Amino acid sequence: MTDFLLELRSEEIPARMQARARNDLSRLFAECTEEAGLQTGPIEVFSTPRRLVLIARDVDEATAARREEVKGPRASAPPQALEGFLRKTGLTQDRLEERDGVYFAVIDRAGRPAAEILADTIKRIVADLPWPKSMRWGDGSLRWVRPLHGIVAILGEDIVPVEIDGIASGATTVGHRFHHPGPITIGGAADYLEKLQACHVIVDQEERERIIRDGAAEAAKAAGLTVVPDEGLVVENAGLTEWPVPLIGRFDADFLDVPREVIVFTMRTNQKYFACTNDEGLLAPAFVCVANIDANDGGEAIAEGNARVLAARLADARFFWEQDLKVPLEEQGKKLGGIVFHEKLGTVADKVERVAKLARWLVETGVVKADAKQVERAARLAKADLVTGMVGEFPELQGVIGGYLAEAQGEPPAIADAIRDHYKPAGQGDEVPTAPVSVAVALADKLDTICAFFGADLKPTGSKDPFALRRAAISSIETIIRNGLRLGLTKALRGALANRAGQARDADPAHRLDKTADELIDFFADRLKVQQREAGVRHDIIDAVFALGGEDDLVRLLARVAALQKFVETEDGADLLTAYKRAANILKKEKWAGTDASGGSELEPQEEALISMLDDAEPKASASIEKEDFAAAMAALATLRKPIDDFFDHVTVNDPDAAKRERRLNLLMWFRDAVNRVADFSKIEG
Amino acid sequence: MSLSFQDLILTLHRYWGAQGCVILQPYDMEMGAGTFHPATVLRALGPDAWRAAYVQPCRRPTDGRYGENPNRLGHYYQYQVVLKPSPDNLQDLYLGSLAEIGIDPLKHDIRFVEDDWESPTLGAWGLGWEVWCDGMEVTQFTYFQQVGGFECRPVTGELTYGLERLAMYIQGVDNVFDLRFNDAGVTYGDVFLENEREMSAYNFEVADTDALFDLFRKAAGECERCLEAKLPIPAYEQAIKASHVFNTLQARGVISVAERQAYIGRVRDLAKAACGAWLERAAG
Repeated sequence: MTDFLLELRSEEIPARMQARARNDLSRLFAECTEEAGLQTGPIEVFSTPRRLVLIARDVDEATAARREEVKGPRASAPPQALEGFLRKTGLTQDRLEERDGVYFAVIDRAGRPAAEILADTIKRIVADLPWPKSMRWGDGSLRWVRPLHGIVAILGEDIVPVEIDGIASGATTVGHRFHHPGPITIGGAADYLEKLQACHVIVDQEERERIIRDGAAEAAKAAGLTVVPDEGLVVENAGLTEWPVPLIGRFDADFLDVPREVIVFTMRTNQKYFACTNDEGLLAPAFVCVANIDANDGGEAIAEGNARVLAARLADARFFWEQDLKVPLEEQGKKLGGIVFHEKLGTVADKVERVAKLARWLVETGVVKADAKQVERAARLAKADLVTGMVGEFPELQGVIGGYLAEAQGEPPAIADAIRDHYKPAGQGDEVPTAPVSVAVALADKLDTICAFFGADLKPTGSKDPFALRRAAISSIETIIRNGLRLGLTKALRGALANRAGQARDADPAHRLDKTADELIDFFADRLKVQQREAGVRHDIIDAVFALGGEDDLVRLLARVAALQKFVETEDGADLLTAYKRAANILKKEKWAGTDASGGSELEPQEEALISMLDDAEPKASASIEKEDFAAAMAALATLRKPIDDFFDHVTVNDPDAAKRERRLNLLMWFRDAVNRVADFSKIEG
Repeated sequence: MSLSFQDLILTLHRYWGAQGCVILQPYDMEMGAGTFHPATVLRALGPDAWRAAYVQPCRRPTDGRYGENPNRLGHYYQYQVVLKPSPDNLQDLYLGSLAEIGIDPLKHDIRFVEDDWESPTLGAWGLGWEVWCDGMEVTQFTYFQQVGGFECRPVTGELTYGLERLAMYIQGVDNVFDLRFNDAGVTYGDVFLENEREMSAYNFEVADTDALFDLFRKAAGECERCLEAKLPIPAYEQAIKASHVFNTLQARGVISVAERQAYIGRVRDLAKAACGAWLERAAG
């Protein structure tokens, strides 16, 4: 057994593609060798911008020889059958064995040498590795993520010969592009990592990540600052360097007038720099960049050059910022009529109009306790930053810029915050707004988006959701739940639909609006289930409550779900559920639709007990539900456990006396329906 | 002393000339990028080998800042190199050109950072990088995959140097108008500042939009006439013209978001048709 080394050397592989390429490389290698029956030990994979590397330990020298037996036709079968079998196996008749009147082909398969299998494996890896985007180059037809230049393939100490589109495997690679551009001869898996390290290439990405993480922290610390940790940037910089050298640079403190988010965004996204903070936690006028060389001047020119690039970008940003400060948001807002929100949904100004109306409605109906005037103003200014120079340059900072401008232009903090936060929560794990004005605008914005698109019949289908309406629904749900908003969703959605229909002068009859509103409620119910499942709530419990229908107050609905889940997980609950299912099964089997018969003579004590308990528990449960005290409703149900168990233990439902049978079935139905008023227990598993 | 703006160009000319490139002069039409030059777009199509290098003035009306922004211009220069088929050592050739203009890769941090190129108006795309020098993008490096909607076989390698930025870097100046244009005391500002002011005013304020809309229609019509006459080169010129008129209309802010796509689509159709005609003629 011996080790195998594969290096696929190319021009610079995009940083974002490297992690997946490593996984795919490892997976394809394992698949191919396994298929061929070649045993290998552990597989390691590495990547740098210019190479994908695999080291497989303990590779067998060859696959084991195998004998295969294939059963053929009977000796007595017609000659065509034998001919077919010979064709299939590629043998002549004298090579067949006849046993008990049946032909057998015995094929000895020699073991294949590992080198041969590995050569095939390399070809398949190069052909099949699924890059997100691949390309051709020169006059070749090979496809790879960027031009492929070299293949190092060594098993033990021997080259595994393979040629792909004119690229022949060998033992030669190159070191760092600038520190060691000449050829290096590799002995094998054993010396590969060290030899490259000596030529300024750290092959192991985790090692490069460590150098960047620690080096950035140290560089900042040496300047009396703290680096803002950012694992995404660590990985990205490790994907851009073979020899990472973190360096600190500075920018003019005057630029700190520009909103912090803009500076951090520019540094991170455009330049891949780490931000630094001072000992008060405030953004410091410094950055850490990661160079790919040990510069011959210690990195001075690099730090200075990067500082100049950043200064130019920040100067540009400041130019826009200062221009934007001069124009009141209200003025900017007037330009929104010129921006199409969606070709079927009017302009952004139209949208602002609808959001303002809906946000105001949320306040006026008491759903959100906030100052209606503030809410309306925030809604009217919320989108105004879309026409600013700043958002033109940094579209990702929509909202944030508006918030800063509002603050600088003297709007009250509640309004500035609402403008800033009205896109939130923008994704899973993002902050949910809780300030009342922000909540009203954020929720109105999302409900309006969802309703407008549904109203124009632009709904998500299957995996397609181009307008991210599912995300918008989940964000709305999170906002409602987090803030305990008591909102009749149907009414809100109908209102939002009507707002848009009114703007579009949609003369369609109200019944179409009803249909869309129904679809929307189903859409929200589905999203709520997804969201609750992710939060760990049992889906059958959610179904049990949803099945009751008619509930569109999410807060109330979830309170009921929570109480129900708690209840069915108690002994009383589990037992009652069993009794419920038994009752429901009997009724189903009898196809019992109920009659008026009840009471009567010769009541068994267990019947009497159950009747009296139902008389007591049913109104109690209903009253508790009315008061939204779902725990009390469950407690009322729990009192039924003993009488129903006793009933089943002592009373025969299918009594030969038809009158007894009838009244007992009616009693079971009463029991079932009473339980169902709390939740549809038939949906609950267990 | 570091290279002046004009010596930077002359150095690149000598370097790429020695690599077998024909050194062309700028195309005498307004265009938004050096790629639009027929020596790139049309020559990237078809089987014939081709190497060329040239400076192309680029006009981007929306980027004009009245000469008040130290980094943005409505008119600037690109240095464009195309090599077809792209040679295996294209990256090394490129790095050689940087060394030639005085950039030491052991002192300055040169990086190839993913940046895929796409031109919706040309129906063209390719994969490659933006090349960074100490964090500044100095070159767009692209392997063309499609032009005018047609597969590129063989593949053309395209290098686009941003000349002003590169010169600012080499000369260590923070304002483009302070660049030394030559070594006899003339600055970039002496040559172009007034241009920027007047062209910004024209593009943003004065340009007659009705006349421009009319020009667009006329260029599109002329392109179609040339296509009917099986004249791909003049047809392509009219497509470039339409593209520039569209850019100016955008600077005037008279094209809505919805219309924008339609205009880009119109130019793309014209450019594609011209490319198709060029290929047909080449296949003869």
